[in-house]
Amino acid sequence: MEWVNTIVQGILTGGLYAMFAAGLSLIFGVMRLVNIAHGDLIVLAAYVALVVTETLGINPLVSLAFVVPIMAIAGYVLQRTILNRTLGDDLLPPLLVTFGLSIIIQNALLEIFTADSRKLNAGPIETASIEVLPGISLGVLPLLQFVLAVAVIAAMQFLFYRTATGRAFRATSDDQPVSQLMGLDNRHVFALAMALSLAIVAIAGVLLAVRANFDPSIGPARLIFGFEAVIIGGLGSMWGTLAGGIILGVSQAIGAKIDPGWQLLAGHLVFLFILAIRPQGLFPKVQ
Amino acid sequence: MGAAAIRVVHSTRSSRIGVAGFALLFVMLAAAPFWAERSDLRLLVEIFTYVALASLWNLLAGYAGLVSVGQQAYVGLGAYILFGLAIFAGINPVWTIPIAGLISAVIAIPVAFLIFRLRGHYFAIGTWVVAEVFRLLAAQIGPLGGGSGISLPVATVTAIAETRQMREFLIYWIALALLVVILGLIVMLLRSRYGLALTAIRDNETAALSNGVNVTRTKLVVYVITAAGTAMIGALIFLQKLRISPDVAFSVNEWTAFVIFIVVIGGVGRLEGPIIGTIVFFLLRETLADLGALYLLMLGIVAIGVMLKAPKGIWGYVADRFGWELFPLARRVERRDGPPP
Amino acid sequence: MPEPLLDIRALDAFYGDFQALFGISLAVPANSVVSFVGANGAGKSTLLKSIAGLMPAKADAITFDGEAIGDKPAYDVAKRGIALVPEGRRLFPSLSVEENLMIGGQLGRAGPWSLARVYELFPVLFERRNTSATALSGGQQQMCAIGRALMANPRLMMCDEISLGLAPIIVRDIYARLPQIAAAGITLVIVEQDVAQALKAADHVYCMQEGRIVLQGRTGDITRKAVSAAYFGV
Ligand SMILES: Nc1ncnc2c1ncn2[C@@H]1O[C@H](COP(=O)(O)OP(=O)(O)O)[C@@H](O)[C@H]1O
Ligand SMILES: [Mg+2]
Repeated sequence: MEWVNTIVQGILTGGLYAMFAAGLSLIFGVMRLVNIAHGDLIVLAAYVALVVTETLGINPLVSLAFVVPIMAIAGYVLQRTILNRTLGDDLLPPLLVTFGLSIIIQNALLEIFTADSRKLNAGPIETASIEVLPGISLGVLPLLQFVLAVAVIAAMQFLFYRTATGRAFRATSDDQPVSQLMGLDNRHVFALAMALSLAIVAIAGVLLAVRANFDPSIGPARLIFGFEAVIIGGLGSMWGTLAGGIILGVSQAIGAKIDPGWQLLAGHLVFLFILAIRPQGLFPKVQ
Repeated sequence: MGAAAIRVVHSTRSSRIGVAGFALLFVMLAAAPFWAERSDLRLLVEIFTYVALASLWNLLAGYAGLVSVGQQAYVGLGAYILFGLAIFAGINPVWTIPIAGLISAVIAIPVAFLIFRLRGHYFAIGTWVVAEVFRLLAAQIGPLGGGSGISLPVATVTAIAETRQMREFLIYWIALALLVVILGLIVMLLRSRYGLALTAIRDNETAALSNGVNVTRTKLVVYVITAAGTAMIGALIFLQKLRISPDVAFSVNEWTAFVIFIVVIGGVGRLEGPIIGTIVFFLLRETLADLGALYLLMLGIVAIGVMLKAPKGIWGYVADRFGWELFPLARRVERRDGPPP
Repeated sequence: MPEPLLDIRALDAFYGDFQALFGISLAVPANSVVSFVGANGAGKSTLLKSIAGLMPAKADAITFDGEAIGDKPAYDVAKRGIALVPEGRRLFPSLSVEENLMIGGQLGRAGPWSLARVYELFPVLFERRNTSATALSGGQQQMCAIGRALMANPRLMMCDEISLGLAPIIVRDIYARLPQIAAAGITLVIVEQDVAQALKAADHVYCMQEGRIVLQGRTGDITRKAVSAAYFGV
């Protein structure tokens, strides 16, 4: 029973990882850019939520109404002013610029908020749980997180494959010059993708901040979890990404159960194992 | 006119001046223990290690296109090999430095096998995962202090040299020698057929492939050499520090962020870049070090600014402007009308 | 003489240091069909790309409907009613046939062309509307590329080597639909290597060689022999 519980907890955490991954793979899918600052942006969103909840005195979950648009606008502006200028055949500029951005965000947060750990308090919902089976109870909050993660991925899937914006994303990703012939301004399309990515980042950041302690230095690890979920699941497949996140979450939970020092290692090793035996990921998109 | 009348010339006027300048500088630096203060020596060692790390990263990213943000994996690996061998096998720490290079080269091969499966940007994050795995594994080694680390025992330290002064001189000379060897190796590598292959790959990977360049092998060679060099420098850095812990040995900020900023500011894909970048980096640090987190923040902003406004860095700008080159790397075909020498 | 729909004056184009077009000047009247012929590498595609905004040019080198558009980006040019059917078709592989058509129409320009109208012109596209664009045959892909351009309800449609890699019977089939398109009020610019096809379809023909126009005239006034001579540069 204890093991079942461990695995269930792992699955729920995996939802959060899938959300880290969703924004990352969206950006990669549209403009072949890996945003190294992705994890730090998640942490930034957590701090934005901290400020919003403290100044307005609202519940962190309600603060999403502010944090999501703030981050989305920041994403749009970031892409238009900086990142669009790094795109091209050369891999180096976007990598180095987003890496620089990661360092800037970390140190700016450190300067403003110090290195102290923070946490957002979501109120009584945090301790509420429901007993699904005798011996297995699920926290309402982790469950809510998981449901939100699935909803975000479903919404992204819908947007990508059923809407004009998603069509524009796919077309621009396929062939930039020709997509411009269709009247699409690449710079705007990319900025929309980044806005959407950071909207998801905002949700992930708030959920992270409610669930666990955070400080300015934890961004890179979130980037790595998201990245591992993407690669485990297979590039370009959103439900695969969810599966990848769950596999990562479960591996970590099992590792932690064996020995707390093995929590992160177990996740990384499973990732490396899958990279070794199935580099295209478990559920690659069939072309 | 026979074929012998044509030859490939590497040196240019500025590179001849450059080489002569380096020789003079080397003699001066080799004699530094006799003219410099102790604190200057320590600073010079640090500068040498950063020039070496930056040159190695530049070889990897700027020449081979393998943009790694996980070179701290090999800094830490080298350092842990030194501590492990010195403490458990009782080997003189100085001799563990080349051994660390060798072992790291061997470890780098299966690692490359794994992460070369990741393309482009994802490769970068893959290197980071590897560094994280190394860090977490190091934290599991109880006899080396686990997560909190360990110091070199006094007996081991005195085995390096009897007096503290001699130890510092020795470490200084090793650092200088390592730097010269690493820079020399990089110049030789770039002048060899691998260098030509790298240039071909950098200019157009598909074309290089169709012209018979073994892209994967060339990249593997560069990756392994870089790993070995980085590990030896890592071992040296922690030989000077005398204390190790996973978080410091595998720090992404110290061993990768700084290094990347140095190369970007100095000039990516040019041998002179890392040297210029290191000088700028230390000048900035000596003046702004009290700023703490703000210093890193400013470095990040400067690096982004350089990347956007002058992507070839300071040296790229100078070289384009004046055609300078300090290392004899250029290839010119020279026709000699006289008889071949 | 009425003002031409498209007016090109002293247009140059460069790929890096390489100059691909040298001072091209020409005028395309509204509701005409103009064709460009020339050997491989003559600069035909470069000319179309320049008009479409995919190559940098001086603002007043290209005037469309009285407005200087030479320096406008491609998406802006598209909004003004210039559509390009690019060489090699270049459909979006991640989009279905219908999505390829819809993205052509996403600008929302008003006009007669709609999904239904395109399907009427090319019924086979309707049958295959839900397949991936890459699953189409070459001829169907070309129809889809033309349909995608029509969906924008352009005033000027430029087709780059429609016949490329297609069987003659399919080429004839596609060319047979062009009059319907022209009749709907679209001015056509057609690039072809196949001189006979070009002469048959167009009112006016231009021969290009090494980035310059070397011969031009009304298709009625110009002999096939003269075109061939210009084409081969003899
Ligand atoms: N992307 C490009 N980069 C460099 N040169 C090009 C490029 N595209 C075309 N060219 C050159 O420009 C000239 C004209 O090409 P193009 O316009 O494609 O000719 P055409 O369509 O008449 O066959 C050719 O010499 C070709 O080699
Ligand atoms: Mg052409």
